[in-house]
Amino acid sequence: MIDTPTSHPPAPLVEVRDLSVRFVTRDMNVPVVNGVSFSLAQGEVLCLLGESGSGKSVTLRALMRLLPESAQLGGRVTIGGVDVLGLPRSQLKDIRGSLISMIFQEPLTALDPVYTIGQQICETVIRHDQVSTRDAMKRALELLELVQIPSAARRLGAYPHELSGGLRQRAMIALALSCRPKLLLADEPTTALDATVQIQVLLLMRELQRELGMSTIFVTHDLGVACEVADHVSVMYAGRFAETGSIRDIMARPMHPYTRGLLSSTVTGGHRGEDLVPIAGAPPDLADLPPGCTFAPRCPQHQPACDAAVPALVGTGSHHARCIFVPEHLRHSGLVTPPSSQHPSRGTA
Amino acid sequence: MFARLKTAQPDSVENTLRLLDKKDDRRDRGGPAQPMLIVRDMKKHFDIGRQSFGGPRSTVRAVDGVSFEVGKGETLGIVGESGCGKSTTARLLMHLIEPDAGSVIFDGDEVAGVRGISVRDLRLNMQMVFQDSYASLNPRLTIADSIAFGPSVAGLATGAARARALSLLRMVGMDPAVFAQRYPHELSGGQRQRVNIARALAMGPRLLILDESVSALDKSVEAQVLNLLRKLKRDLGLTYIFISHDLNVVQYISDRVLVMYLGQVVESGPVDSIYGATRHPYTAALLSSRPSMNPDHRVSKPPLSGDPPNPINPPSGCRFRTRCPKAQEKCAQQMPALTAAPEEATHLAACHFPLTPADALQAAAVRVYA
Amino acid sequence: MSSTPTSLPTPAPLIAAAFRRPSRGFWHTVGTRLRRDPVTLTCAGILLVIITAALAAPWLGLDDPFKMSMVRRLKPFGYQGHILGTDELGRDMLSRLIYGGRLSLFMGFMPVILATLIGGVLGIVAGYVGGRWNMIIMRLIDVFYAFPSVLLAVAISGALGAGLLNSIVSLTLVFIPPIARIAESVTTQVRGQDFVEAARATGASTWRIIRGHVFSNVIGPILVYASSLISVSIVIASGLSFLGLGVSPPNAEWGLMLNTLRQAIYVSPLIAILPGVMIFVTSMCFNLMSDGLRSAMDIKA
Repeated sequence: MIDTPTSHPPAPLVEVRDLSVRFVTRDMNVPVVNGVSFSLAQGEVLCLLGESGSGKSVTLRALMRLLPESAQLGGRVTIGGVDVLGLPRSQLKDIRGSLISMIFQEPLTALDPVYTIGQQICETVIRHDQVSTRDAMKRALELLELVQIPSAARRLGAYPHELSGGLRQRAMIALALSCRPKLLLADEPTTALDATVQIQVLLLMRELQRELGMSTIFVTHDLGVACEVADHVSVMYAGRFAETGSIRDIMARPMHPYTRGLLSSTVTGGHRGEDLVPIAGAPPDLADLPPGCTFAPRCPQHQPACDAAVPALVGTGSHHARCIFVPEHLRHSGLVTPPSSQHPSRGTA
Repeated sequence: MFARLKTAQPDSVENTLRLLDKKDDRRDRGGPAQPMLIVRDMKKHFDIGRQSFGGPRSTVRAVDGVSFEVGKGETLGIVGESGCGKSTTARLLMHLIEPDAGSVIFDGDEVAGVRGISVRDLRLNMQMVFQDSYASLNPRLTIADSIAFGPSVAGLATGAARARALSLLRMVGMDPAVFAQRYPHELSGGQRQRVNIARALAMGPRLLILDESVSALDKSVEAQVLNLLRKLKRDLGLTYIFISHDLNVVQYISDRVLVMYLGQVVESGPVDSIYGATRHPYTAALLSSRPSMNPDHRVSKPPLSGDPPNPINPPSGCRFRTRCPKAQEKCAQQMPALTAAPEEATHLAACHFPLTPADALQAAAVRVYA
Repeated sequence: MSSTPTSLPTPAPLIAAAFRRPSRGFWHTVGTRLRRDPVTLTCAGILLVIITAALAAPWLGLDDPFKMSMVRRLKPFGYQGHILGTDELGRDMLSRLIYGGRLSLFMGFMPVILATLIGGVLGIVAGYVGGRWNMIIMRLIDVFYAFPSVLLAVAISGALGAGLLNSIVSLTLVFIPPIARIAESVTTQVRGQDFVEAARATGASTWRIIRGHVFSNVIGPILVYASSLISVSIVIASGLSFLGLGVSPPNAEWGLMLNTLRQAIYVSPLIAILPGVMIFVTSMCFNLMSDGLRSAMDIKA
């Protein structure tokens, strides 16, 4: 991505402002996502990194409004100019598949077991592009070859259970790409795959994303996966962004104690013989969040000032973190200069 | 008669471990030199019937001639991808499924043999922690009841079994006052896994099989559970068999490593040797498949193409040859035997053309870790 | 290149206070959900009235259900104190309906209870043990399952002869196969779960595992299915009596009453359909309650 501060940057493909999701039933009223804002330009890859309960999968599904009835959405989501949260339900299916597409973690449950792969891809193509069955089948074959499925013509007639895990995942990617979406959402697509297959699928996705110029939002809990595919990373904790920045910023200069904790608790062979340094405690109960910084109870740098209010995202350039110690941290590392030279922020809120 | 060799343990732990006063079969019979577990040529084939009408019967050779040893107090890591037979091996060791062939020798006694140790007594000495933390706990029982089930089956009175369950909860770092009466669905993944560990320890075993026990956990929780496992091993003098597909975790926690492919052992040896001087091409491919932690040095080409083949009809000769970059004629004709490395006698690899240290250095230079 | 730290607005504070009610065990949750379901509550109320009336029949001050009167035959509602009129032999309809309820409900409940006990045991054993025994038991059950239930009931009753006891035996035999099937299927599912493997790994005996682990997980679906069979049982039992294979006159029983009032349908249709209405209402209520139970147990924890 070339940084041209003088020219007017193209409008971002995805604009999310203050997205919030609450699950409300008789037995509970839980805020799962609390005010998430970001924007993504065409062709970029954003990784939502977080652990279970951080709200990353819910955020992803909220972008397509794939949430159950009990979910209450707030905020504003604009994708390709379309106000997704404001769309009436009947028009949602027009954008699903053609504008935004999603791939899931477990392809065996995400693909319909009683239809062949070819039939499923055709169905989507016909629905959105209104072409004949023969043309749809041709396109399906092209897609299977695009995702590097060997003997693609034969596999068109295969049922999901007849394919191995890696091939199934590729078939699901082909299905997702069938209508040339501008935005691809991926919910932990490689978590259920073996190591040798995972790396193949990741590389494939990287290649396809570059070739087709799609924007991608990837949800994962694995830092290694993020390093392989992401341009930008947003670390989520308890429904908010704890830190956001480019992948290099996050890996080399993590600012938020949670991110630092994640990095240091990732197991590598180099730690042999010593105890790991985990993040103390457990993720918070979303129904019972602390008043100030949600990470404070587990933070090694906890001060009373942390409990006053939820810290704002503070930082420099595109790298921000939700911690009151960030300005100090930046000063120490010499990244802050007097306010005379202002650089327009990249639009990540 | 065997001399009663008790491993040195602190007092309170000794009390916690002793399950039954009279028939306590936890004596260290063989002595420190005797391996805790010897597995010889274990086989398990599953008959899945005919694939097509009138065709030949198909068998899945889930475990096909696996042999290894586990020393006392060490951690043996078993790695492999899906279909390699590592979970089946674990269940065979626990005698949850019956092996078709092969023998298991626990601390010098043959399991289910004529003069050896019975399966029932084996279960007092060897226990397993399962992978899916949610499915391994009965959703209708409180976790204290789940943990107390084993001891009460073994003969402990209800009150004593419950007290044992509570003290085990404390040992795995969960406050009994808060957690004893909870149900599995009210716990997080990490907490459930701790309960599973407590449940396995309730029988007072000497060997613990951990089948993908940390795989489904978040990274920070995984770190906590790994620390707990190390602590328990130190405090209770346990031996571990650690099964995982995550190579980094195995490298961290194991002393020796076993690599399995399609039901066979392809490489085994000390952990530093396996990771630093890899000899089998499959192991090398597995190691290179790990995502790099450095965004500036991304993996450019997948080390292996295709999926792990079907365990129903494995390739002739060396099973890995269909995906091996170094495969040759000989590999299709003759199945390679486990041969020792010249520098390290305990490092075995089943390959006709094992990688040399020069190959390994070259591969390592290509990958840069942050 | 660098700039002063930019500060972005904090999201708005949470409006409503968040909460999550702690759970207190599976059956407690089921009970709570049942209590909130209006359909289930209504049906439960109706059934309570019917069952209480049937049980308390001797003490309700009703007319003698056997007292005939050739003069007062097929009289309409409200005639001389007969709230629901009289039947074709002059007996008070209200009291015959309530006394009839005792027999009809008994013939509805008993077979289901017996079939649940026998079929449940067979199914759980077959499901847990698996292998050859599973095959033997289930294939034997399938032989009976192949017959349509009403036909089978009629055939067995015909072979055994008429009478209350024989119809109960016949219906029990009809209901054992479906319950055994459900029990076997659920048990097989539970048997494959890791916690049962873990229990086996402790060396527990088969009986211990079934009692401690399998049973509590399996009883739910079996009960749901059995409760849905109650409505079927009432209908088939009435059918048997209608055909003369159940209780014999002059006993009051809804099915029997339907038969004897058949001729009167052109003369006094309202009275003739009364036993049918009772069968319908009772059967529907049990059916809806069974649905409610199934929904209440469908908890995604």
